[in-house]
Amino acid sequence: MLTLIKAIGRLYRRDLTVALRRSTDILTPLIFFVIVVSLFPLGLGPEPNTLRTIAPGVIWVGALLATMLSLNRLFANDYADGTLEQMALAPFPLGLLVLTKIAAHWTLTGLPLVLISPLLAVQMNLPDSAFGTLALSLLLGTPILSLLGAVGAALTLGLRGGGVLVSLLVLPLYTPILIFGAGSVAGVMLGIDTGAHFSLLGAFLALALTFLPWATAAALRVSLD
Amino acid sequence: MLEVIDLECVRGDRPLFSHLSFSLRPGELLHVTGVNGSGKTTLLRTLCGLTRPQSGEIRWNGTGIKKLGDEYHSQLAYVGHTNGIQGDLTPLENLGVAASLSGSTDKSPSQIGATLERLGLKAYHHFPSKILSQGQKRRLALARLVVGRKPLWILDEPLSGLDVDSVSLMTTILMEHLAQGGMIIVTSHQEIDVETKTVLQIRIT
Repeated sequence: MLTLIKAIGRLYRRDLTVALRRSTDILTPLIFFVIVVSLFPLGLGPEPNTLRTIAPGVIWVGALLATMLSLNRLFANDYADGTLEQMALAPFPLGLLVLTKIAAHWTLTGLPLVLISPLLAVQMNLPDSAFGTLALSLLLGTPILSLLGAVGAALTLGLRGGGVLVSLLVLPLYTPILIFGAGSVAGVMLGIDTGAHFSLLGAFLALALTFLPWATAAALRVSLD
Repeated sequence: MLEVIDLECVRGDRPLFSHLSFSLRPGELLHVTGVNGSGKTTLLRTLCGLTRPQSGEIRWNGTGIKKLGDEYHSQLAYVGHTNGIQGDLTPLENLGVAASLSGSTDKSPSQIGATLERLGLKAYHHFPSKILSQGQKRRLALARLVVGRKPLWILDEPLSGLDVDSVSLMTTILMEHLAQGGMIIVTSHQEIDVETKTVLQIRIT
């Protein structure tokens, strides 16, 4: 048990170290997120009420696309250099190692998106009262995006054009998260009680945390076969 | 003890070999030979449990490896064609992570440092591994074996890219492992010069 905890801690720190040494990997999704969201005021014109109405959806779609952009680096490097093989042969449950990798991935892609979202909310003229809801919905939602994306990334590992295939596999699965995530922010602006939205997002997260690492592990074993 | 009973492997739709049976006892080395494409790597990956065999059974101390799962993995070290080295990490970090992942977390940095020194990588401790040459990367991959101390070593072309000195060092390491009651399964196009009576040879066609 102790060796398992140590191995997981080591793997988490390793993934963070590797990602930080390739800083472009971390910055690309973040800058992409900022640019995509910034394109809307430019394209639609700076009419404050229009921007406010579309803000929740635009920011959420931006976060969704930015997460997807980062998915292929989740396993691709480790697959190419053989580390993934060693992980599959480690005397630990592969699902837990996968969960560790997803956690490290989220720390450096999902979390920065959450942290920068208030800035984009200002740009989109979102009312102050909705800032907290936006950040909280992204905080609950982005881990689900990473967990779902991991399954897609694992299934398309080693395939040519895997990046495009991942989007086709994963984007339809993202729709419920988008609906309830963006819905909660829009709800707060209309003065509707958003408890149900958050309960559902929380339930999605709990389900995803329980099952998806194991599904990802199974997909990885197929890809390694 | 590792027993292989009536193993059959296919790759895609192509049958590679069938009716392969052998057993390996502590202190024995199995040298697998065969032409390119005959299925040596597939055999080794099957023995690790990475690839599923078409039919047949692999047993470790009398129990099927599928049933043993992680327990079998804790007995096994595999070095395949890929070295399992992350280029952005230093050799020290790479080996540390590999040791943790193989379940031997009790290894102190000094032990890992000593292993690197033995394999002639001491001077590269704090450089990113991507600057290492092919042969040096191979040595770093083989350092995993020394650090992990697992009973069963499965090695796919371990000597490829190594210079003469490294080959003889590797041979010494293999012999030490056998003397301590370890087991080795290896594919190599080179002769492996271990001075032990118990070298089995199989040639798959």
